[in-house]
Amino acid sequence: MDLPVKVDGVSKKYGKKVVLNQVSVTIQQGQIYGLIGPSGAGKTTLVKLLVGMDIADAGTVQVLNQQMPNLEVLQEIGYMAQSDALYAELTAEENLKFFASLFKLKKAEQRERIAYAADLVKLTPELSKKVSAYSGGMKRRLSLAIALVQNPKVLILDEPTVGIDPALRLTIWNELLRLKEQEGKTIIVTTHVMDEAERCDTLAMVREGQIITSGTPQELMERFHARNLEEVFLRAGGEQP
Amino acid sequence: MRTGALIKRICQQMLRDKRTLALLFVAPLLVLTLMYFLFASNAVAPTLGVVNVNPTLVQVLEKANVNVRAVPDATKERVVQEQLDGVLQSHDQKLELTLENSDPSKAKLLQMLVNQAAVAAQLPSKSNPTGVAQAPSIATDYVYGNSETSFFDVLSPVLVGFFVFFFVFLISGIGLLRERTTGTLERIMSTPIRRGEVITGYLAGYGIFAIIQTVIVVLYAINVLDMTLVGSIWHVLLINLLLALVALSLGILLSTFAASEFQMVQFIPVVVIPQIFFAGIFPIEGMATWLQALSKIMPLYYGADALKGIMYQGATFREVSGDIVALVVFAAVFIVLNTFALKKYRRL
Ligand SMILES: Nc1ncnc2c1ncn2[C@@H]1O[C@H](COP(=O)(O)OP(=O)(O)OP(=O)(O)O)[C@@H](O)[C@H]1O
Ligand SMILES: [Mg+2]
Repeated sequence: MDLPVKVDGVSKKYGKKVVLNQVSVTIQQGQIYGLIGPSGAGKTTLVKLLVGMDIADAGTVQVLNQQMPNLEVLQEIGYMAQSDALYAELTAEENLKFFASLFKLKKAEQRERIAYAADLVKLTPELSKKVSAYSGGMKRRLSLAIALVQNPKVLILDEPTVGIDPALRLTIWNELLRLKEQEGKTIIVTTHVMDEAERCDTLAMVREGQIITSGTPQELMERFHARNLEEVFLRAGGEQP
Repeated sequence: MRTGALIKRICQQMLRDKRTLALLFVAPLLVLTLMYFLFASNAVAPTLGVVNVNPTLVQVLEKANVNVRAVPDATKERVVQEQLDGVLQSHDQKLELTLENSDPSKAKLLQMLVNQAAVAAQLPSKSNPTGVAQAPSIATDYVYGNSETSFFDVLSPVLVGFFVFFFVFLISGIGLLRERTTGTLERIMSTPIRRGEVITGYLAGYGIFAIIQTVIVVLYAINVLDMTLVGSIWHVLLINLLLALVALSLGILLSTFAASEFQMVQFIPVVVIPQIFFAGIFPIEGMATWLQALSKIMPLYYGADALKGIMYQGATFREVSGDIVALVVFAAVFIVLNTFALKKYRRL
């Protein structure tokens, strides 16, 4: 089995604060890997190390068998940051085009991918609007479309569905599952929503910079004698519900 | 190619932002025009009292638009009493000029006119018995310009350079800062773009607007405001473009150290304003040694020196090549520092 993501003994400090402490993660190809954990646990920090936006103080991060950061691997990573990074003065289409043109894509393919990504997040009719006129959820959807635009092998999504309504959230998750199954994409998501966590193949619980437990949602529920993931979340954190 | 995408995007953004465009293209013209009229209104013909001065010199002075009036003596009381701007006395083959000096710029002008006249009057009649002595006090600094020279002519090359520098610095600095605070710069760095491509893209993208601004400002100053231009306009453009490049790379660099637009604006009194003091408005030669040394690290010092040379004294390319080299070095250093500063986002 291929291991597109290998994180080994990674530590990260911001100033004196230890944000990640000896974290090791391996993710198999064609999996949805979920990161859950309380706010400030270090999920975003871990995700940023995967994209190469930050450098670990210790340990190694490999994506697609390459040490990160690596420019060629970045072509194969679709990254959606926790906060939307969009050009408000430009229209959604111009934003998509701009980011698409930072990747190696043929002209025709670029047009196809933009159409696909916009359609997936149901933004096609709104593409010519300026982003400054977008609602919070629309911006989130546009960010997701941008993460998908270059047809990457690995998707890294930091809380992708915040501010998105339940119907659209379902569409997006169905598409993520399709991408995983039909196109063999590896997807890493962080989330605070437990029904999304349930749809992951593997879940890791991050707390105070460490992965305190991981496994399939089923395994986690059995391990903590919990009826649902919410209880797992609380019990793993040492709080008795 | 990726650089091209960046350039295209910056152009789209700038063209959407009419206010910023206006600031970049119209504001320098407004301020320059205002300065022009401010200095022009100062050019009332000065009144000079003369005691025992050779008539040739008086003639030259009168031609230079100075009201010359014979007065009995050259005391300070006389100047005050007769409301003169100065009094000139020929004494022991030397000229002595007493200036009223309540308005230093007017006094400077008069002093300059007297010096120029003294030089001019001396040339045609060498054998003149009461002739003007070869006074060591005659400053050769004033051989440039003509009888209609106002302070504006001397100052204007500096102003043109300063406005190009200031506005380009402000707009590129804030533009990039916005990218940092909204996270788009970080987002760009999570794509396979190279750091060099990012810097080139920004330099070229904002550079296009800097070039347009420079051309507008220079053409306006020379054609509409009738600024003195003795040297070549191409050299003026070249120097201003180099200044814009320095400002661009410096603005981008300093935006690394600012966390908000407000903090970016705080750099103006620290980084931009002091430069204007060293741009030749005050004579550098008279400064303390450490201040003179300080002027050497200011890009505007070189830019203004070259501009003054070309526009006012008709300096050739060769004569300002030292300044050009200095500006190129500044730009190169800032650009290299910028590519290092981007490591903050991604090591590669
Ligand atoms: N640039 C930074 N400088 C200093 N501290 C930081 C920085 N980024 C994150 N931290 C700290 O690192 C810790 C982990 O932050 P991180 O963003 O990874 O949390 P998170 O798990 O993603 O939380 P959330 O669920 O709220 O998004 C926090 O305590 C935060 O204060
Ligand atoms: Mg986070």
